[in-house]
Amino acid sequence: MMMGELIELQTLEASDDRVWCVAWNPTGTLLASCGSDKIIRIWGREGERNWVCKSTLSDGHTRSIRSVAWSYCGNRIASAGFDAKVSIWERQGQEFVLQTTLEGHENEVKDVAFSRSGLYLSTCGRDKSVWIWEYNEEENDFACAAVLTTHTQDVKHLKWHPQKDVLVSCSYDNTIKMFIEDNNDWSCVCSLDSHTSTVWSCDFDATGKRLVSCSDDKTVKIWHAYEKNNQEGIRSPNGVYPVWKCVCSISGYHKQPIYDVNWCPLTGLIATASGDNSIRIFREEESKQRDVPPSFSLIASNAHAHSQDVNRIAFNPKEPGLIASCSDDGTVKLWRIEQKLM
Amino acid sequence: MELSSELQNLNPTIYECTEERTLQESDLNNDVPDNIDCREVFDLIRTINDPEHPLTLEELHVVDLEGVTIDNEANTVQVQFRPTIPHCSMATLIGLSIRAKLIYTLPTRYKVGVNIYEGAHIQEVQINKQLNDKERVTAALENKHLCAVVNRCIATPDD
Repeated sequence: MMMGELIELQTLEASDDRVWCVAWNPTGTLLASCGSDKIIRIWGREGERNWVCKSTLSDGHTRSIRSVAWSYCGNRIASAGFDAKVSIWERQGQEFVLQTTLEGHENEVKDVAFSRSGLYLSTCGRDKSVWIWEYNEEENDFACAAVLTTHTQDVKHLKWHPQKDVLVSCSYDNTIKMFIEDNNDWSCVCSLDSHTSTVWSCDFDATGKRLVSCSDDKTVKIWHAYEKNNQEGIRSPNGVYPVWKCVCSISGYHKQPIYDVNWCPLTGLIATASGDNSIRIFREEESKQRDVPPSFSLIASNAHAHSQDVNRIAFNPKEPGLIASCSDDGTVKLWRIEQKLM
Repeated sequence: MELSSELQNLNPTIYECTEERTLQESDLNNDVPDNIDCREVFDLIRTINDPEHPLTLEELHVVDLEGVTIDNEANTVQVQFRPTIPHCSMATLIGLSIRAKLIYTLPTRYKVGVNIYEGAHIQEVQINKQLNDKERVTAALENKHLCAVVNRCIATPDD
């Protein structure tokens, strides 16, 4: 049986207030954090192990910064604020400088995400809308390409597909929706309905054929994409796009809402961040049989990972097993997960 | 959340208040372990002012001791409240005031849940969901106008 050990490496005193989000840059060398103090901090290594604050970005927002994201080139950071603004920061030498501010949302912006292709940026918020912004290289600016109003409530989280320009959004309306562009028109191509309360977050696996989601209903769900003409004979309602089905529900572990979930592209491990102060790591059970629904087992957890709610969890994209988390307790923590055969 | 100028409940029933807590000898003894109990949580919320009447939530029977539960092992506090009328548009604001008071006064280790007594409001499911979404509560309390209204509700005459 495979078990794991979650080892605490370092606690970074990031803020006197709530830390809402942490995000690794694509090369895994820098970690950005943000929160209620309206400051973005960039953390980097000093020496072999020690992580220190390399720079702080302030004056971008007048209210809490809910989330921060890196572009895939690593030269741009976007931040989403409760002040209804999205700020774009650009690397100039060792520093990041405020380049532009995107306005349009009516009130709190909850999340921001760059597409893998580098062509798009998406934002979402309390006004129930998802905005897609197209990057214009010549003008080095973003222009609004679509305003999607499919959700009926507050939109909490966004995630782009790891290979394609497919956008996924999670909402207070309990659903997950997927959007794609067809003939210059962005539209919702499917809705994933199974959670019974707010969906706080989701993440793709490395192949982009599966998605994990987490919710206020204290469950984690695994979704599988069935392409058109799939062997299982599952019909896509529109005959063109894949249909997503919930194939596994992980329940009974979390005692409070699950605010974030991350699916490591390197190790295949799933990590959750919960309002019960815990971090939990799940691993898929290997199955020799085909056509058997996947099953996941808890291989490691820390019930007191933080002294308050854990808001985000992020696997380092290059270093297998290195994890960052952040919490209402004002800290960012770095962890290592080691897997061993028991 | 919009505040209307009309009174929602023109003639509310006024209830008698509970007696002040009597100090026990052990309360002043630092050597006796003393967990926070239901009565202490109730004392924090019973003096909250109603948004529209010059009365406390206890006097309007919006909160009572029975509606408070605390689990010191799990660090959870649950408060149930009862809007004076089942279509009260102030219900969210009252719940937010209860939540704000508890966030500001209880140790941070407690997970606070605030819910409407079952069947006490026509929109209890929606209101409960909103009151227990920490992201929306945080955003609401960052809103200067709303925060001022909440602070007026939770201020006590001594402040």
